[in-house]
Amino acid sequence: MRSKSVVARVGVAALALYSSMAIGSKYNFQEPQSVIAKDVYDQHIMLMWICLAIFIAVFGVMFYSILKHRKSVGHKAANFHHSTTVEIIWTVIPIIILVAMALPATKTVIEMKDTSSPDMTIKATGYQWMWGYDYLQGEGEGISFYSKLSTPKAQLDGREPKGENYLLEVDNHVVVPVGKKVRVILTANDVIHAWWVPALGVKQDAVPGFIRDSWFTADKPGIYRGQCAELCGKDHGYMPIVVEVLDEDAYSEWAAEKLASMKDSVNLAVAETEAVEAAEQDSENN
Amino acid sequence: MSQESGHYYVPSPSTYPITGSCALLFLGFGAALSMNRIELGYGLLAIGFAILFYMCFRWFGTVAAESESGKYGLDVDKSFRWGMTWFIFSEVMFFCAFFGALFYMRNLSIPWLVEESDVLGQTFWGSYAGGWPTTGPGEYDAFTAMGAWGLPAINTLILLTSGVTITFAHWALKEGRRSALTKWMLATILLGLTFLFLQGYEYVHAYNDLNLRLDTGAYGSTFFMLTGFHGFHVTLGTIMLIVIYFRCAAGHFTPEKHFGFEGVAWYWHFVDVVWLGLFIFVYLM
Amino acid sequence: MAAVHGDVHDHGHGDHHPTGIMRWVTTTNHKDIGSMYLWFSLTMFFTGGFLALGIRAELFQPGIQILEPELFNSFTTLHGLIMVFGAIMPAFVGFANWQVPLMVGAPDMAFARMNNWSFWLLIPAALLLVTSFFVPGGAAAGGWTFYPPLSTQGGLGVDMMIFAIHILGASSIMGSINIITTILNMRAPGMTLMKMPLFVWTWLITAYLLVLVMPVLAGVVTMLLTDRHFGTSFFNAAGGGDPVMFQHIFWFFGHPEVYIMILPAFGIVSEIIPTFSRKPLFGYSSMVYATASIAILSCIVWAHHMFTAGMPAVGQLFFMYATMLIAVPTGVKVFNWTATMWKGAMTFETPMLFAIGFIFLFVIGGFSGVICAIVPIDIQVQDTYYVIAHFHYVLVSGALFSLFGGVYYWLPKWTGHMYDEKLGKLHFWLSMIFFNLTFFVQHFLGLAGMPRRIPDYALQFADFNMISSIGAFGFGTTQLLFVYIVIKCIRSKEKAPEKPWDGATTLEWTHLPTPAPYHSFENPPVVK
Ligand code: HEA
Ligand code: HEA
Ligand code: CUA
Ligand SMILES: [Cu+2]
Repeated sequence: MRSKSVVARVGVAALALYSSMAIGSKYNFQEPQSVIAKDVYDQHIMLMWICLAIFIAVFGVMFYSILKHRKSVGHKAANFHHSTTVEIIWTVIPIIILVAMALPATKTVIEMKDTSSPDMTIKATGYQWMWGYDYLQGEGEGISFYSKLSTPKAQLDGREPKGENYLLEVDNHVVVPVGKKVRVILTANDVIHAWWVPALGVKQDAVPGFIRDSWFTADKPGIYRGQCAELCGKDHGYMPIVVEVLDEDAYSEWAAEKLASMKDSVNLAVAETEAVEAAEQDSENN
Repeated sequence: MSQESGHYYVPSPSTYPITGSCALLFLGFGAALSMNRIELGYGLLAIGFAILFYMCFRWFGTVAAESESGKYGLDVDKSFRWGMTWFIFSEVMFFCAFFGALFYMRNLSIPWLVEESDVLGQTFWGSYAGGWPTTGPGEYDAFTAMGAWGLPAINTLILLTSGVTITFAHWALKEGRRSALTKWMLATILLGLTFLFLQGYEYVHAYNDLNLRLDTGAYGSTFFMLTGFHGFHVTLGTIMLIVIYFRCAAGHFTPEKHFGFEGVAWYWHFVDVVWLGLFIFVYLM
Repeated sequence: MAAVHGDVHDHGHGDHHPTGIMRWVTTTNHKDIGSMYLWFSLTMFFTGGFLALGIRAELFQPGIQILEPELFNSFTTLHGLIMVFGAIMPAFVGFANWQVPLMVGAPDMAFARMNNWSFWLLIPAALLLVTSFFVPGGAAAGGWTFYPPLSTQGGLGVDMMIFAIHILGASSIMGSINIITTILNMRAPGMTLMKMPLFVWTWLITAYLLVLVMPVLAGVVTMLLTDRHFGTSFFNAAGGGDPVMFQHIFWFFGHPEVYIMILPAFGIVSEIIPTFSRKPLFGYSSMVYATASIAILSCIVWAHHMFTAGMPAVGQLFFMYATMLIAVPTGVKVFNWTATMWKGAMTFETPMLFAIGFIFLFVIGGFSGVICAIVPIDIQVQDTYYVIAHFHYVLVSGALFSLFGGVYYWLPKWTGHMYDEKLGKLHFWLSMIFFNLTFFVQHFLGLAGMPRRIPDYALQFADFNMISSIGAFGFGTTQLLFVYIVIKCIRSKEKAPEKPWDGATTLEWTHLPTPAPYHSFENPPVVK
């Protein structure tokens, strides 16, 4: 009787501890910001509960036995060593639990894979070590830029105090509108990288020579940070991903501005090449 | 578990294993260095091969001598059978890796690359048509695939025939007809050598006339790696046959106990079967 | 160690045995070879542990302090390779060498001379791995999974790794053929398959897995080699290949490989638990079937390492279901162990402590494995510290703890001396505490979003990393205690009791003196 209450108390304590953990994102997934991320979050919590329950059941029995069936308290060994019935029971019950785990997961997998009819499409290309983005379709089509780590070297070396978003900041954010289905097409230029934004529930490898895709719909405006999640060489730790979600108007404004500035820079680039070509002609003529 | 000769034979301490490990030390470093074009590597490789060759020669010599002096009881004989069986099984798995690569490329990655030549107006691989044989979507010189009905068909016949001749040799051994045994062995060896010669000739033909090389994309890679490893195994098999031939000629083996012979025969059948797989999946299809 | 067997080496065996170093170099004795395997593995454990401490030291604080990123990656890579191929696998082969002949009543391994070669091949391979740190370009830095095209980029170090793997593969294949043959062909009269101790069963099945998958690993590293140097296009899209194909072939090897590192551990634990519960193993035959099911299932789950690589939904679902199924036979094992302890008369010597610690922590690792198997969740945790936590729970508190337990269990039989029980228990409790300190917090790191294989991290991960690093140094120091205990035991003057464990029922305890004589079972025992 006493040990049962011990088990119960330990169980309650563990549950309390666990629930307190589930709140702080330091111990758990980041706060989900998309439907998929939310599903994942919930399923993870559900699984944790199931696992905890099995854990307590199994080790409750084991530790009861460890306490009571020890030689030092004078327990004599029984001699049973077989029972087909219990073997069947503890084969079947886990199967049922597993089916219960697999059902919601299956639904989410199918949802995750459905990249059809997006509102906009962005191509992300992994480079050693930065990301390139091309807006292929939808509002902002034609925007194209690179996105590189912007944490100053001095912070890395410890010559300066580290900023709040140390290693999670880039020069150009990927900007998307809130509430729109964004399809991300992924590829890589050199080695495999992975595009990962935890809060949006997206992680997908970018494989050189092949195309992969994934999608997300951001629930709330905000800035969401992630990192490359596939070892890609020396600076694998230094190619973060920053997605900035704007409300629709702000997004339109950003897109228009970006397109205009890109035209400028394209014109600039054309002008530059023309100048270079002219110079080359000159030198050839000489 | 009959303990025929009393005890299971446990060989006494031996220096062959450590010699073999030294050989692999040289071979490992030699190969790594020479792949990176570092002079030292070639020397190390040469030394490694020399030691390995010496080791094999002595070790197998000892095993043959132990066998002939009757040290191996029936239990040891059975152990050899288990050992050889699982060794051949591991070899089969090695080939499976390469066959797997072939199927994966033909049936998965190449069709994917074709699909991906156009996504949303972005061309990733130009107008790649796929199919087989192919070099893949990159820039490669044109080449001609190896036909099945020339040399490869002849080689198939040769290997199949050699499977028959070695079986005749085995029957001869079991019936104690020693001269027939050596004759059939000789025939098998000759067939093996002919196969190797033709295979070499085919490679020369591929490089010179078909512009088909190891670096000819997917087709070249799978063609040469599969046939190459097979050829390497035929070479080993032929060497083993030659050794066994000399052992037969020296009067080794009895109609009842001749595991050395059988092991080699199994191995020979194994390279034979792999070849059939190659003929179907590499040449024919 | 020479002193250990010196006094029992009086069997009239006809042949002259070299002494001194040559005894060890040329030996064909399964006990000598087993000892060498175990010492080698301990050395490699410390080498790999040194690299782990390098990793943990760098991760103690954010910022780059001691390891430049490229070197950090080499540390990670070689830590994984050395621990897997140098520490854990050879340790289990060492156990097999010592115990399989003793437990089936055979005079030695089936191929005693080749057995020696299997061991000595490990040395060139280890040299290739370790010296690769000092060659131009440095050691391989593409992770222990060396995915191309990243590993196509590396230099000489990658080639040294490739050849090391070839040699290790050859060693493992020869070793497992030896074990299979010994078990199938050299059992004592009367010992039917279903009477074999469970440790022998788990090794039989492990050995089959090894001959099944090691050649595939050899194949895939060969393709990598030719892609690197001879212009083949296996993993190059431009030539019609696919980098992801590497992952498929690698994990076809890689997943069974992780069970290769846990099945013998199950075996060891299944010997220890009944002994110290003084009660026969519950559900012997279902344990055997469970082991076999795990092995069979392990061959069809490989792509659960590739859920983010991009696969059609049916593929993901298939591999998810198959992976989850493995929890069933593994659960059967856990339940059977619990039932074995139930109503036993338990005592808690060090081996038993490690066995219970094993079950407790392995189940945590198993649960995080199941969570990884759920595709949507894995998409979040793949390539994060959550996975690192998962597999250290199954590998360190799984494989490694079982090895510790096994060493304490059989040390008296091997050396003829008793280890220091107090120190052994101390070793267990310190390991238990520091292990959890090191790795439990890594679950949180992973969930909160810290990727693996990075030398530096964002500030919100700082606290847990510091805790983890402190734990790692504590855990490492604790292992020095282990070495001390083992050496003290070998050097001890006191003789161990003939049968220190009254509950033990296997042949080596019932039919052989302690320590086991240099040549045992030259006349096979009869098993009823
Ligand atoms: C000894 C080694 C070992 C073992 C035994 C396992 C066991 C398992 N592993 Fe683990 N795994 C590794 C070593 C191991 N793993 C390694 C090294 C990696 C990383 C490789 C790398 O990328 O570098 C890895 C990675 C890994 C991944 C990929 C993660 C990723 O990269 O994203 C996955 C995903 O499915 C996985 C799943 C599992 C599962 C389901 C089990 C199952 O076998 C666990 C089964 C056990 C239990 C479930 C507990 C006991 C059962 C019960 C008490 C019954 C009741 C339970 C239920 C009903 C749930 N493992
Ligand atoms: C197979 C078994 C195995 C074992 C036993 C271990 C043991 C340990 N591992 Fe493991 N680890 C792997 C297999 C293993 N690991 C694998 C496969 C990977 C993946 C690699 C990859 O990503 O490619 C990995 C990756 C890995 C990482 C992630 C690296 C990264 O992603 O960048 C970390 C980080 O903490 C880590 C830590 C540890 C620690 C602290 C131990 C400790 O348990 C080690 C303890 C032992 C010692 C510390 C002994 C040393 C003692 C001395 C040298 C004496 C002196 C000591 C003092 C004075 C303190 N390991
Ligand atoms: Cu890019 Cu890691
Ligand atoms: Cu796995």
